Amino acid sequence: MPTITTTIAMLEYDFMRNAFAAAGVAAVVSGLVGYFLVLRGQTFAGHALGHIGFAGATGAALIGMAPVWGLVGFTVAAGIAIGWLGERISGRDVAIGVVLALALGFGLLFLHYYTAFAAQATALLFGNVLAVDPFTILALIGLGVVTLAALAAIMRPLLFLTLQPELAEAKGVPVRFVSTAFMAIVALAVSESAQIVGVLLVFALMVGPPATAQRLVTGLWSGMILSAALALAEAWLGIAMAYATDWPVSFCIALLSALGYCLSRGNWPARRSAAAQG
Amino acid sequence: MSVIALDHAALGVGGRTVLRDVSCAIAPGEFIGVLGPNGAGKTTLFRAILGLIRPLAGSIRVFGRAPRRGDAAIGYLPQVRTLLPDLRVRGVDFIASSVRGERWGLPVHPRPERKVVAETLAAIGAEELAERPLADMSGGERQRLLLAQALLGEPKLLLLDEPLISLDQRHQESAVELVRGFVRERGITVLFSAHELNQLIGALDRVLYLGNGQAALGTVAEVMTAPVLSRLYDARIEVVRADGHIFVLSRGRNVERSDHQHDHSHGDAHAHHHHDHRHA
Repeated sequence: MPTITTTIAMLEYDFMRNAFAAAGVAAVVSGLVGYFLVLRGQTFAGHALGHIGFAGATGAALIGMAPVWGLVGFTVAAGIAIGWLGERISGRDVAIGVVLALALGFGLLFLHYYTAFAAQATALLFGNVLAVDPFTILALIGLGVVTLAALAAIMRPLLFLTLQPELAEAKGVPVRFVSTAFMAIVALAVSESAQIVGVLLVFALMVGPPATAQRLVTGLWSGMILSAALALAEAWLGIAMAYATDWPVSFCIALLSALGYCLSRGNWPARRSAAAQG
Repeated sequence: MSVIALDHAALGVGGRTVLRDVSCAIAPGEFIGVLGPNGAGKTTLFRAILGLIRPLAGSIRVFGRAPRRGDAAIGYLPQVRTLLPDLRVRGVDFIASSVRGERWGLPVHPRPERKVVAETLAAIGAEELAERPLADMSGGERQRLLLAQALLGEPKLLLLDEPLISLDQRHQESAVELVRGFVRERGITVLFSAHELNQLIGALDRVLYLGNGQAALGTVAEVMTAPVLSRLYDARIEVVRADGHIFVLSRGRNVERSDHQHDHSHGDAHAHHHHDHRHA
């Protein structure tokens, strides 16, 4: 990848620092939001949001807007729509799959009419954390604070609704509002994550670390903290690994994410003896 | 005063009337076995008592007033237990999530709340489930956990919707025993739905038998008769008593039991109404 070769040739210290800062913010947000996404079994819906964001970003570029606003706007709108339709759609892989393909198709159509955007399109799809500027970092921090504040506000009813939907409804949890708000939060986290690893690889930060954390610990808070810590570690190690190997950053992060998950699924001697005792 | 009073109530789901013109009153501290074939309206009745659906006609009063959603005096064990297959959350976190789970903010539980959770788990002998993830629990263990949670927070009324499903004979008996012991000590009113009367026969005070849009409330001797059940099943029913058990037969077939075997594949119908209510 030319971008990476150039970066290494330049060995820009600022550049790397920007990358670490941006990836750090996005990783923590993705790790925390992803914890609930995995717990709720809505990872596929999260994936679809990334694709819809791609159409939003290319569409925005086509009409002369900054792609990032198209990305955020489209994912949030789609997140609200998915949340509002509720279980009628969010559990339906087929419906989501169709929408996902359509969204990516539209993204391609917009690109077709705006070929000058093609170079940026790759960055959008696969991420380009090494090209992050200070303004983007500020935007990521701002967006991240909003996302986490919203998650903190609904976390209690969200957890109740996730673990025991029927009871939560009976106890007065506003089911539709909470599910919709959560999908909007996921949309914001997808937008963050897409800035780092691209829309196609948001799973590397949003699903890998929380799934790994849930295999390793069963506590709620320990799970959330471990999820965020793993996302952060994988993102930073990924950047360092890319720096050392000349491989794309997004590949390195995706690789570490998958590796972490595989290791956590292994049936290790320590776990076997723990299981035998329990 | 009655804990639950239905006065010419009609209840329905998604435009379909399930119960027509039901009148009955349940007194404090009663253990009521709620019986009837699938689709007779057991879950619908519970949802009406919880204030999740309004009667189409007539009235329902719970603790002397119209039911309202989120009544803390009602403990509820739903029949549709949507449990994600790979839920690696500890038993104690699972239960704690329902303690004032409808409030906004972070799911932090101060010491008194954690104590209540621990005490309830201890009361039904489920302490060992606290630290284990749900994914590793058997069906019976999960059921025990759900039962513990229905008992949380000193409810005055318990609605247990088919808590015996997925339990073997031995666990069914111990679950009924557990509930009975718990509510007798505390004077709690219970509506306990089941597929077979025999599962509850030693524990219940009265039977609420639903079927064919109607309901019959009374003692076992009053309700479990050929004329009453023939009306509720809309078929010729024979009631056979043997060895302290009561069997409901239609042309020699045990209607309660054949229903039961049916049930596991029928979760869908319930999940369906669940949604209808949500949009209502």
